[in-house]
Amino acid sequence: MRYAMAVDTAKCVGCSDCVVACQTENDVPHGFARDWVVEVNFGTYPELKTEIRSERCNHCDNAPCVRCCPTGASKIVEGGIVLVEHDKCIGCGACITSCPYDARFSHPDGYADKCTFCEHRVKHGDDPACVAVCPTKCLYFGDIDDPGSDVSGVIRTREYKTLIPEAGTQPQIYFLT
Amino acid sequence: MANRRDFIKIAGLGTASIALANPALKALNNTFFSPADPLSAGLYRTPMVCEICFWKCAGWTYKKEDGTIWKLEGNADDPNCNGRLCPRGTGGVGTYLDPDRLKTPLIRTGERGNQTFREATWDEALDYIAEKMKGIAAESGPESIALFSHRTGSAYFNDMLKAFGSSTYAAPSYAQCKGPREEAFYLTFGETIGSPERTDIRDTKCLVLIGSHIGENMHNGQVQEMSDAIDKGASIITVDPRFSTAAGKSKFWLPIKPATDMALLLAWINVLITEGWYDKEYVEKYTFGFDQLKAHVRSFTPEWAYGITTIKPDVIRDTAREMFNASPAVIIHPGRHTTWYGDDTQRLRTVAILNALLGSWGRRGGFYNPDRISLPQMPGPEFPKPARTWRDYYPDKYVLAGEGVSNVLVDASIPDGEREPFVKAWFVDATNLIETLPDKRRTLEAIDKLELIVAVDIMPMEITGYADVVLPEATYLERYDDIRVSPGRVPTMALRMPAFEPQYNSKPGWWIARELGLKLGLKEYYPWENIEELLEWQLKQVDSSLDEMKRIGVKVLPRSYDDIYFAPGEDIEFGTATGKIELYSTQLAAEGFDPMPKYTPHPQPPEGYYRLIYGRAPMHTFSRTSNNQHLRNLMDENNVWVNPAIAKRWGIENGMEVWLRNQDGVVSNFPIKVRVTERIRWDSVYMVHGFGHGNKLLTRCFGKGASDTQLITNVKIDPVMGGTGMRENFVTFLFEPEEVIS
Repeated sequence: MRYAMAVDTAKCVGCSDCVVACQTENDVPHGFARDWVVEVNFGTYPELKTEIRSERCNHCDNAPCVRCCPTGASKIVEGGIVLVEHDKCIGCGACITSCPYDARFSHPDGYADKCTFCEHRVKHGDDPACVAVCPTKCLYFGDIDDPGSDVSGVIRTREYKTLIPEAGTQPQIYFLT
Repeated sequence: MANRRDFIKIAGLGTASIALANPALKALNNTFFSPADPLSAGLYRTPMVCEICFWKCAGWTYKKEDGTIWKLEGNADDPNCNGRLCPRGTGGVGTYLDPDRLKTPLIRTGERGNQTFREATWDEALDYIAEKMKGIAAESGPESIALFSHRTGSAYFNDMLKAFGSSTYAAPSYAQCKGPREEAFYLTFGETIGSPERTDIRDTKCLVLIGSHIGENMHNGQVQEMSDAIDKGASIITVDPRFSTAAGKSKFWLPIKPATDMALLLAWINVLITEGWYDKEYVEKYTFGFDQLKAHVRSFTPEWAYGITTIKPDVIRDTAREMFNASPAVIIHPGRHTTWYGDDTQRLRTVAILNALLGSWGRRGGFYNPDRISLPQMPGPEFPKPARTWRDYYPDKYVLAGEGVSNVLVDASIPDGEREPFVKAWFVDATNLIETLPDKRRTLEAIDKLELIVAVDIMPMEITGYADVVLPEATYLERYDDIRVSPGRVPTMALRMPAFEPQYNSKPGWWIARELGLKLGLKEYYPWENIEELLEWQLKQVDSSLDEMKRIGVKVLPRSYDDIYFAPGEDIEFGTATGKIELYSTQLAAEGFDPMPKYTPHPQPPEGYYRLIYGRAPMHTFSRTSNNQHLRNLMDENNVWVNPAIAKRWGIENGMEVWLRNQDGVVSNFPIKVRVTERIRWDSVYMVHGFGHGNKLLTRCFGKGASDTQLITNVKIDPVMGGTGMRENFVTFLFEPEEVIS
């Protein structure tokens, strides 16, 4: 089993519901966010194109944050979810620096924090909070090893890209274009 | 394509360097329960209906184990949200938690406009209001007390004033927003659009947006359905001088010269008729005035429109064909905020006529026929007939207005030299009139003349700073309200109930209105002691109960008739004078207005000025949410969008602060940061409405960004229904605050 997410940029309107839903679901302190929205514009008026992406930790198969963690607090758990064990984290910040996606931050309580794919929901069969709330249903989540899952379906049938693939991190967030 | 590239994070703070720890909101050690666990869910969640905007999504308030608020989620059975609240709804937590909330009743001790109040008990405050109201009623009649209200569906204050003898009422959602559209569709089809809109977007094959920015306006159901339509391959045509989010998802984007929409719409009608691209059977069977329309639009060719709109003739023809190929599953969307240039009812008439020609009204993928349940009222005495209404005071004005016109009530509050003003007191309920009505100077002139201003709100707003008495209402998570009975494809009922006791000394609206009613001697109009008794009685009449609604939150009911779409060949009697869809409006003709829409040129900005276009951001509602920390995290100020070519001419760089000055010399209270972007036309600037708050009691959002309303001083009144056209204001840039003083 391997959890993955696909983000349909053709549908995302950048409303940031994913950001605030994550914040309330996971008690993310104000001033920090585990997910965020990026808008990229191309062209000159009136030949324009906008891409809007809901971004978060890529839960990489080859995760630099896990490799560089001196205490083993950053780890990969079942389904490929990259997690931080708060009690083991000494707050050294190595993982924050190593992440090419800028997905981690230093929580005021002293540990590195980031998206958990809402592991506490996923293990009960629910979608992550961002996926469950998205008004445009532009986020697809599921087991990429299961050919019947939603996420497998859209990755099979749509064009997609990943972010900074050249970093060799093998990210598991797919952006449908 | 990628020769220019703006790259911004529009929400969220991914960097580790920003530390804004809020000790009051210290993260708990995560002791989450799963919503999938019914025991936990049953223990911790209560039904709610969102009050952050007018869409009224139903959902659940979830509490943590310690009884404090955790989160808000949509109710999966609610067709308004399908279990998915929008960012504002999800972030409603921040409205409940806002430390700047109004906390106790306040009675003015100084001049209006200054925040000089003394704290009062509820008894004192309501006694004060009741005595004043009785005095005003004795002298000028109870009808001289006007109510301005913009809350979601609860009529407590309206009923209290009706019982007192006043039907003088207006909601700014009419004459400052959707009024022109409602009247235009009523004149054409004999029915209004309503809210939520009856647009069948999920099944449409072609969605045409005229300046409507679905996705930035976060009208939840419509945003969801537009996404569904994209999934199903529908084409979107967007007409907007700004490259809106929806334009970015469109097959055709028509970057129109602002204020020329009417010419494009008439040209589309011309093409449909000239090419025979209309539903001949539908037009023949259901419409009135086709021959007059055909003759009327003969000269409005795409070539004619090109010179006005800057949209090329072949694009006008291609998009007309796109609509026809999709028909009848096509929606020329009527929009919502439609008060633009003063000929708005007529512009929306062209939209209605286009839909009629394409046969989309009453058809799948066009406009469906909504259904709703009407809950019986508890028996009680009838309201007295008011001695006068504003229509008696202005017998010749806006006879086709279907609702109260807020700007007319403002006019009626100002002495006109000959007559006593009709309105002597304002009851302002959940609407920040200072930021809602254009031409602030006029609003303040009226305020200066009034004998009493009462404001009911949850937050200190600009308007509460002018009130004589401020009444703090409990938030929607702390109170019951009327059962929500939204129209939709199926009728529904939804319950709002308190998840928490009211914080501070705030009270629910129903309680405030009833207590004041009792002090006014209106006890006979309140055959119930508390709201639960009333709701229980109402729900029993429709075979439900408060207990059932507390458990399920939303009840979906069957349609009364199987009439969501017209049946093929069905005979339909429309609610117009002719019983037909009126392409030629007999009612407009009878009142001396153009029976068919004409193009009127509107002024364009003078040299060095740019048309002020305003709109919505998906994470804020009006000026209502600017202080909500959860939503400020997503957007804490507005920017003014400026085209790079214009920015270069002025030497403006991205992120630079400027002041804006309009054509009447009014300068923005606060500076605003520039967003240099290709997404806006060179003759316009754009800003999101609702920022630039001037009330210091809003400690987080005071002075953040600038207010568009303040710069809207040129108001074009729609002669048909009194709407306030607000898009004929032009601004230029100032770089020095010194210039502001001079």
